Amino acid sequence: MTTRRIATVAAALALTAGMASAEGKLSIFHWFEYIPKELLDKFTAETGIEVTMDTYDSNESMLASLKGGTMGSYDVAVPGDYMVQIMRDEGMLDTIAEGELTNKANIEPQWLDVDFDPGRMHSIPYQWGSTSFAVNREVFDGDINTTSIIFDPPEALKGKINVLDTQGELLALASLHLGIPQCSTDRDQLRLLSETVNAAKDNWASFNSDGAKDVLVSGDAAVGMIWNGFGAKARVEGAPIEYAYPKEGYVVWMDNVVLLKDAPNRESAIKFMDFLLEPENIAQVSNFAQYTAGITGVTPLLSEDLKTSPEQNPPADAPAGTFVKVCDQQTQALYDAIWTRLKK
Amino acid sequence: MAGQLPSNDDSAAFAPARVWLMLPTWALIGFFLLLPVLLMLVYSFLTKEFRGGVIWEFSLESYDRFFLDRGLFGDEPPKIEWTYIGIFWRSAWQAGLATLLCLLVGFPTAWFIATRPPQTRSIWLFLVTIPYWVNLLIRTVSMKFLIRDNGPVNELLMALGVLDAPFTMINTNFAVQLGLFYSYLPFMVLPIYAAVERYNFALTEAAADLYATRWVTLWLIVIPVVRPGIIAGSILVFVPSLGAFLAPDLLGGAKNWMIGSLIEDQFKGAAGNWPFGAAVAMVLLSVVLVVLFIYARSQTRAGAR
Amino acid sequence: MSRLRNYPGFLGMTIFCLVLLYAPLIIVMIYSFNESASITRWGGFSLVWYEDVFFGAESAKFKSAAWNSLVIAVCAATSATVIATLAALAMLRGGSFRGKSASFALINLPLMVPEIVTAVATLIFFSTIGFQRGLLTILLAHIVFCIPFAYLPIAARLQGIEAHFEQAAMDLYASRWQAFRLVLMPLMMPGIIAGFLLAFIISLDDFIITNFVKGAGIETLPTAIFGAVKQGIKPNIMAISTLMLLVSVVFVTASYFVSKLGNQNR
Repeated sequence: MTTRRIATVAAALALTAGMASAEGKLSIFHWFEYIPKELLDKFTAETGIEVTMDTYDSNESMLASLKGGTMGSYDVAVPGDYMVQIMRDEGMLDTIAEGELTNKANIEPQWLDVDFDPGRMHSIPYQWGSTSFAVNREVFDGDINTTSIIFDPPEALKGKINVLDTQGELLALASLHLGIPQCSTDRDQLRLLSETVNAAKDNWASFNSDGAKDVLVSGDAAVGMIWNGFGAKARVEGAPIEYAYPKEGYVVWMDNVVLLKDAPNRESAIKFMDFLLEPENIAQVSNFAQYTAGITGVTPLLSEDLKTSPEQNPPADAPAGTFVKVCDQQTQALYDAIWTRLKK
Repeated sequence: MAGQLPSNDDSAAFAPARVWLMLPTWALIGFFLLLPVLLMLVYSFLTKEFRGGVIWEFSLESYDRFFLDRGLFGDEPPKIEWTYIGIFWRSAWQAGLATLLCLLVGFPTAWFIATRPPQTRSIWLFLVTIPYWVNLLIRTVSMKFLIRDNGPVNELLMALGVLDAPFTMINTNFAVQLGLFYSYLPFMVLPIYAAVERYNFALTEAAADLYATRWVTLWLIVIPVVRPGIIAGSILVFVPSLGAFLAPDLLGGAKNWMIGSLIEDQFKGAAGNWPFGAAVAMVLLSVVLVVLFIYARSQTRAGAR
Repeated sequence: MSRLRNYPGFLGMTIFCLVLLYAPLIIVMIYSFNESASITRWGGFSLVWYEDVFFGAESAKFKSAAWNSLVIAVCAATSATVIATLAALAMLRGGSFRGKSASFALINLPLMVPEIVTAVATLIFFSTIGFQRGLLTILLAHIVFCIPFAYLPIAARLQGIEAHFEQAAMDLYASRWQAFRLVLMPLMMPGIIAGFLLAFIISLDDFIITNFVKGAGIETLPTAIFGAVKQGIKPNIMAISTLMLLVSVVFVTASYFVSKLGNQNR
């Protein structure tokens, strides 16, 4: 009996060890609900590479996880613009040699030489979009195109607000609300920023990124800070919401597929990036996640809904969006402190 | 004849092999639990690297941050930091209240079951045990489903005309409380049941003969006698409630943090501050060990009496 | 006599307690058969979400998670049962020895340390020694916290078996191993099976520790469910929950009857 048990353990261990060392694998660290399963299946069918994926819910938590020891177990991740720069500065990205990516020419010229990754040495565009908020029009029918909805809400919306649990975007939006620059070193401005978000927090019901869509659809929240495509999905799923383009400004971002340092399957990662640079593949992501690709030749492949969606087409009088800035270490430490004080 | 046989306590048939028999236990628990806990203590005194990760340099920063507030810019004279102590206080308060509620519901239940005839008793006991074995995550999710604004409880109350608008329970301290109470209720029932089952009803009869009412008997005789069961049940509810993660995370939203959520955020969340997380975990462990120590002391004292 | 044992309201409290324990589970079970994709409205009886669990878009993820959970639970429960059986022999049949009470404390250590602390400590440990997180780290952590759960019923059973059984065997020139295998182990079997089942369920249920020590791309059923629930409760989650619930009930019922049978045989 005992010998048989030991044999079972040994067999199971051998099995699990075998599973870990198989070849032709790709390990993705991705945002949640951001890539259609059919597309991953297609990639596997085309290349024979088996895909595993873990998900995260903010740029900051991805960084924390990689720093906490998962570096070396993923091949690619999908950080936003400012996070690409941080990861590059931290030496967490591997360099893609010139000519390694067959489809690199498909990148739209405006996204080819970007501040956060000049010359696209480590990354390719994935999707870009904006971060603002959506308001349930059955609960509130006043003017929503102001960041006061989040940071100084009208009585009807108090306690019914969900905000994204993402430090970079939330503090950037708050800075726009106050009209102060990002990466400010001015003590009064920083103190004002800290006080504003702390006071606003009393009117917020929750910090929730993964559930940002669900709380709007279920009606648990009447206002949700949200990414434009996720907001569009909430609207399609029946939430009576309108996406706002606040006059004070809002955040724009681009998510990028990066090649991680110490990638266990570097070759698969390159194949995956090439795969995502093909218009019909990345168009599938856009149609699924409702954001915009940075690849030429995608437009004809997009669904009609996407082309006309209000989340994709800001009104003519909407201001331009702002990217989240990367501050120097000393300044960043102050923003980190503001965030910690907010979250505690 | 029977008296010559050694009692079980000093039976030593396997004495020559005992070191080998114990070795796997010592090795596994020692190496994969005791050593890690000691390492965690070391970690709580390390320095956090700017973007996450640790530097192997001694630092009191984590404990400093836990107990002292030096202002937004870190240059004000230190005041006592109430935030984390507050989270501990809230956790202790929530856990204490959950324990009390479990006791109020659990004691009558345990008593009722233990006083049934043997055949039905095991069925009642079985009914109470089953939910205990159902995945805690699933039970917490069920509770979340139940108490949403548009969930079955609110729907029912509105259909009955008790409420006009949904009563918000989710993401409140009340929801966390309910979740803890619901999660750990069986932990309270079982030890009290075991104590009541051993209770000698001759004591109750004697009290009745002396014209004590049932409630007086309960208060003056029964409760002191079954006290060890009550204390054991309270500890089994209080300790896991104190470090609970699922109930505050799923039912409380990110605004009603308890210690478990605070620790989790340092390791799995965006905070990425392992030394601070280790320090908080160390404080939690110390509190729990103190509670267990007081319990053990009271047990030995009760045993000596 | 019965008047002295009964207190008014205690029956009511017991029923309240049971309703409270069961209502959420039963309601989730009912809603798992809801045809509608909305979790709020009832759209008629249907098995569509069970179909979704087994054949839907996320079925591959849940199947591999279920497989991982099963492999880990079987391995962890088996190892913990063997280790706990050996430990029970040493503790109850090994005479008194130095470090016995320390050993007892060590066995119970996983029960005393809060789960989140165990999780954090184990994560720090694996990360410091550079042990790549994966299925093996989950398995090791599970074996450790399953040991006390396996130990409790095994030790309780062994305590009830009088020592002259194995002594008689050894008087008849049975080796210690033979005495254990031929005499003690059959007698201990109900305890060993109960211990195995307990450890199995504890391992299958664990979320917190697994969540901390799991490696890239590896999910167990609870972590997969948690990940899905973070984005909102979907009907397919209720179907999976109902299935897991049934597995737990089957196991508890099995262990209940095994121990009942064991008691009758004595």
